[in-house]
Amino acid sequence: MTDSPPDLMCRDLTKDFDTFRAVDHVSFDVPQGSFFSILGPSGCGKTTLLRMIAGFQTPSAGDLQIKGKSMIGVPPNKRPVSMVFQHLALFPTMNIGDNVGFGLRQRGVSKSDIKSRVDRVLDRVGLPGVTDRRVDQLSGGQKQRVAIARCMVLEPDVLLLDEPLGALDLKLREHMKVELKSLQAAFNTTFVYITHDQSEALVMSDNIAVMNNGTFEQIGTPHEVYHSPNTAFVAGFVGDANIITATVTARDGNTLALTTQTGGTLSLETHDASLNAGQETQVFLRPEVIELIQPGSAPEDAVNVSEGIIESVLFNGANSMVTVTDRNGAHMKVALPQTGSSTAVQKGDAVLTRWHPTQAQCFAMAQD
Amino acid sequence: MSDTSRLGFYLLLAPILLWLVVLIILPHIGLFVVSISEKTGPRTYETGFGNYAAFFGEPLYWRTFARTAIMSILATVLTLILGFPIAYYIAKLTRGRTKTTLFLMCMIPFWVSELVRTFGWMILLRETGVVSNVLQYLGLVSGPVELLYNDAAIMVGLVYTSILFMVVPLVTTLDSLDDSLIEAGYDLGGSSTAILREIVIPHAKPGIVSGCIVVFMLSLGNYLTPILLGGKDSLWFTGMIYTQFITRFNWELGSAFGFLLLILSSLVVFLGLKLSGQSLSETMGRA
Ligand SMILES: Nc1ncnc2c1ncn2[C@@H]1O[C@H](COP(=O)(O)OP(=O)(O)O)[C@@H](O)[C@H]1O
Ligand SMILES: [Mg+2]
Repeated sequence: MTDSPPDLMCRDLTKDFDTFRAVDHVSFDVPQGSFFSILGPSGCGKTTLLRMIAGFQTPSAGDLQIKGKSMIGVPPNKRPVSMVFQHLALFPTMNIGDNVGFGLRQRGVSKSDIKSRVDRVLDRVGLPGVTDRRVDQLSGGQKQRVAIARCMVLEPDVLLLDEPLGALDLKLREHMKVELKSLQAAFNTTFVYITHDQSEALVMSDNIAVMNNGTFEQIGTPHEVYHSPNTAFVAGFVGDANIITATVTARDGNTLALTTQTGGTLSLETHDASLNAGQETQVFLRPEVIELIQPGSAPEDAVNVSEGIIESVLFNGANSMVTVTDRNGAHMKVALPQTGSSTAVQKGDAVLTRWHPTQAQCFAMAQD
Repeated sequence: MSDTSRLGFYLLLAPILLWLVVLIILPHIGLFVVSISEKTGPRTYETGFGNYAAFFGEPLYWRTFARTAIMSILATVLTLILGFPIAYYIAKLTRGRTKTTLFLMCMIPFWVSELVRTFGWMILLRETGVVSNVLQYLGLVSGPVELLYNDAAIMVGLVYTSILFMVVPLVTTLDSLDDSLIEAGYDLGGSSTAILREIVIPHAKPGIVSGCIVVFMLSLGNYLTPILLGGKDSLWFTGMIYTQFITRFNWELGSAFGFLLLILSSLVVFLGLKLSGQSLSETMGRA
């Protein structure tokens, strides 16, 4: 298992359009049977990267291998990959059975074989008996599954998905996230999934690559990307965070002392050796690592404790938050714990906020 | 209130009704009435189908009729085969300015009258014409060649005159074909021919059918092109109708011919629709 080549391997893949570089020296491996997401804001080059893997665009430089074989110069209809298009691209002039059977027909599989394989794959995606329906007779979620079945019936080495949930409404999207993940596990096929929605990537993926301006900023498990981002971009793009601009005043081992723009003081742990006194930084603090405590109940020597007033309560079920304004006028989003103790929190209350020095991320301010 | 709005409705409808009744229904009723009157003597007529019997009794008549039909169908097929790649190129492989320019270039020939256009072909194809001279110059032929006055020349003229009416509806339908459907076809392992057959043509069917109907009707009813490029003996049915009305002054037989031509074109269009009919209505329903 370990010595077999990864299903998909990209080395320094680059794509130049006339005036600018859409994909810039991207390298990654996707092992067999894993769910790999490429997460990035709109326009960062995700679709271009996926289309190079599918064969619709030729890389300007770099190599791309599937199961150890280079795909440079191989046309899309000869590659062992299938793609689920952004708008699914089901053929409206064919019924569902013919749509799903299209790829098998091209391979010259016999009629009876096609029928049984189409029935079987539609069964597996949970849509038995729809072969005679027209495309427009299906709901959004059903079309989604047909599009996946149409690819999976060909047993591709890699399935590429280009923001397939983008067109669905919120409720269905939540549902399809779970469903896609379980389909991927059931088929045990390698999925490469692109999205600009971090929650899709975090929920479904084994590994996430965070992409920005054509480059990969970080590749890691959802846990790594969320809890130990490598760059300021990753910290800001994945998950919610309070972003505090602060200057380092002293460094003691791995502990930094900082002063914020508004005059507060912070203390945090870092592994970044380049951060020293005088450096301007951005501190990323997730709302859920901040604790709300009663005024006066904090021990004297506690760090990162500040007094504040509840500015507003944003109730959103399990994701409820409050904004706290501290003495210096800085705002901070704080997640409300879901243990029931927070029901008492009201606008205008005086509170203390506290967070642990290991739970903030600190990056040098980008130079421009 | 409802009375005035109804009046408005009829007033708005009036021009269309007038056009239909005066220009289409009345002439055809007249045509039919004339076609079923037989001349029995000077200024004496009798009702009967003698003119139609004359048509079927004279092989020259019905053979010309059949020849016109077959050549028109052939011209339609040729126009489709030529027009489809042009339309595909314009609709799918070009964008923006180039697309508009190409589309306009298809229209340029229609800025001059059909007569002048056809004379253009005559200048090219006649014995002393451009093509003949070039062939001689290149040493491919030893003497002047006459390329006019044959069926191929008629075909060239018919295709040339009607290709725009094929390209326009095809470009419109192909434009509406989502590129990602074609890409999906390739992605699933389809060859170019399979994609053309299974994705592009089914999608373009409404355009193909309407283009074919128009081109067929135009070819069948064309008078100028077959006469000028095919010569006096081009044996085109419209020419025969002209002869009956103008040369022979036999309006009765001419009307019968005219009526038969109407029946023929209706029949062929009906059959064409029937052949692609089921899928046509389905395609329309899906759109
Ligand atoms: N064919 C093309 N020609 C020129 N620029 C393109 C082309 N395709 C995409 N781009 C540009 O490349 C960038 C990345 O596009 P894309 O890969 O579609 O981004 P994403 O899918 O991440 O939103 C965009 O700025 C886009 O305008
Ligand atoms: Mg995209």
